[in-house]
Amino acid sequence: MFKEFDPLKKKTFRLIDNSGKVINTKWFPDLPNENIVKAYKDMLFARTADMQTVSYQRQGRIYTYPPNYGQEAIAIAAGQVMRKEDWMVPAFRELGALLAKGVSLKEVFLYFMGYEDGSIYKDAHHVLPMSVPIASQLLHGVGIGYEIKYRKKDEVVFAFVGDGGTSEGDFHEAVNFAGVWNVPVVFIVQNNQYGISTPFRMQTASDGIAIKSVAYGVRGIQVDGNDYFAMQVALSEAAKLAREGKGATLIEAVTYRKGAHTTSDDPTKYRTKEEEMEWDKTDPLIRLKKYLKSKKLFTDKEEDKLTEQYKKEVERQFIEAENYGPYPIEDVFQYHYEDMPQDMAAQKNDYERFLKWKEARK
Amino acid sequence: MVNAINDALDIKLKDDDSVIVYGEDVGVEGGVFRITEGLQKKYGADRVFDSPLAESGLVGTAVGMAAAGLRPVIEMQFSGFTYPGFNQIISHASRMRNRSRGKYPMPIVIRMPYGGGINALEHHSESTEAIYAQIPGLKVVIPSTPHDAKGLLISAIESNDTVIYMEPKRIYRAIKQEVPEEKFSIPFGKANILAKGNDVTVVAYGAMIREVQKAMVLAKEAGISVELIDLRSIYPIDRDTIAESVRKTGRIITVTESPRSFGVASEITQIVTEDAFLHLEAPPKRVTGFDTIVPLAKGEHHYMQSGEKIFYEIEKTVKY
Repeated sequence: MFKEFDPLKKKTFRLIDNSGKVINTKWFPDLPNENIVKAYKDMLFARTADMQTVSYQRQGRIYTYPPNYGQEAIAIAAGQVMRKEDWMVPAFRELGALLAKGVSLKEVFLYFMGYEDGSIYKDAHHVLPMSVPIASQLLHGVGIGYEIKYRKKDEVVFAFVGDGGTSEGDFHEAVNFAGVWNVPVVFIVQNNQYGISTPFRMQTASDGIAIKSVAYGVRGIQVDGNDYFAMQVALSEAAKLAREGKGATLIEAVTYRKGAHTTSDDPTKYRTKEEEMEWDKTDPLIRLKKYLKSKKLFTDKEEDKLTEQYKKEVERQFIEAENYGPYPIEDVFQYHYEDMPQDMAAQKNDYERFLKWKEARK
Repeated sequence: MVNAINDALDIKLKDDDSVIVYGEDVGVEGGVFRITEGLQKKYGADRVFDSPLAESGLVGTAVGMAAAGLRPVIEMQFSGFTYPGFNQIISHASRMRNRSRGKYPMPIVIRMPYGGGINALEHHSESTEAIYAQIPGLKVVIPSTPHDAKGLLISAIESNDTVIYMEPKRIYRAIKQEVPEEKFSIPFGKANILAKGNDVTVVAYGAMIREVQKAMVLAKEAGISVELIDLRSIYPIDRDTIAESVRKTGRIITVTESPRSFGVASEITQIVTEDAFLHLEAPPKRVTGFDTIVPLAKGEHHYMQSGEKIFYEIEKTVKY
């Protein structure tokens, strides 16, 4: 597959078209129907959660939030391919993959409400917290990959970044180190066409991102990131090769950020309605639903029912997060070091004395 | 000191297979200062090796290794080459424990030769300990003797927090000292009183200890009794030892080779102001580099602190 879709051949790996029709039977996966239906349901859940979170933000109930809609196929496919022991190294726009790894929506809400506790990921195994400094997390993925190789473990790292991140030095250092060290890492670039407001053509003069893998001596492939099946196959193949000791793969998942960068941003300033409508035709949910309908695996009625159910579930977890309670003073200090330094403890005591004084004045 | 650092690495590599040593030229060559000489041969190229030439890559991969349970000890070839890796230090190594509420501690040691006095090129002479000491989540230590170099490095590797371990390269091979062969560690946050005295407290660390000792010969001739404290740990800082000494001597001078403003000497001045205010008989003095870039080799002597310069300040403070 990686030979046939060598980035130098300038081909994009795509298995279904915009109408949900299979256009490449050679690589079309033999997946159980229930997995495909589950993928759609998970995408629908992620989108419902996103839409609702944006409206909570508008109501002033949560701070800045980066929506995922339009990019669900990538995260959901990754979520299905990742095993429990595999590592996920997120950027911050991979909601579906986080949920698949066992992170709760409540934790995601807590994080964006301003609690570090939202990064504990209590029931998730091998997931790093979201990384705000762009592309810096990819190197962490490579370091984890080194540990996997050193300890001869059967694990793979899935490390995410956006198209803007590929302009950062850390992207290049990470892919280069991964090539030299031959570590089991799958880099997933969500090329959603925009770094906040900067269009992809302003990020690089190269013909896509997958082609950058060639210079670092790792496998690369450009995939239609809005095609669930293509993502599922590309990720599975890359993970399989990584498990066999065959090193890293750079997957460029071509997609479109349908929403804003974050809730603080207004895309109407830098892109046209026409452009958005053009990309709407490739929407990953619509395409997968068309496929499912053609196979009689899913109906609009089911969708309506599920959406109502999901909205309630999102609301339930959001309210739980809203009722999380006050932020204890200890939590400001206690996690910085294994043992709290004397000066930090004194600062905490000073602050507590002030609070007592303030309380007494009331 | 070179042998003592090598010895500490050797002991920990032997003792714990999660210790991984890597950096630019540390493998076959053993590092530009030969600190890691012989270790690759002894422990293999998967435990001691050359990394690609990229400091962000070095620190960033160490963050990942630490998250996965290894104990990376990485070498920055010179402290002045660390800046491309600074984002990974300040944004991740120092923060991951707090960000993950303790789920991912960061047992990383970042070794870096620092300081001037070796007639080096630009970017090879600065002392940046105050920059690191300002970053929440990091520990910063600096040995001044082979004995401390070994004990502090063993503590650093065993620490579950990221440690900036700064090596005064000017005295790498300047001091001969018997160092115990076995494993021993020196706790962080504990200064060492190198000389007892009554008239003035001098706090220093790294290569400046030797310069203070030169000044003490002159002070003794002048009848001035100096208490010398080797700070050893920049953060956490041993404020109790400093304050206790000043309560006795009433005077304090801090000697560093870093720029003066917003530096370690200023911090120490504040510590004695808070903890020994009523005992002070003279203004706390900062004997440091200027707020300038370290000049290249021909001009460097203007910037560096000498025994004579330190004695000049000691005399002024005692006579205040």
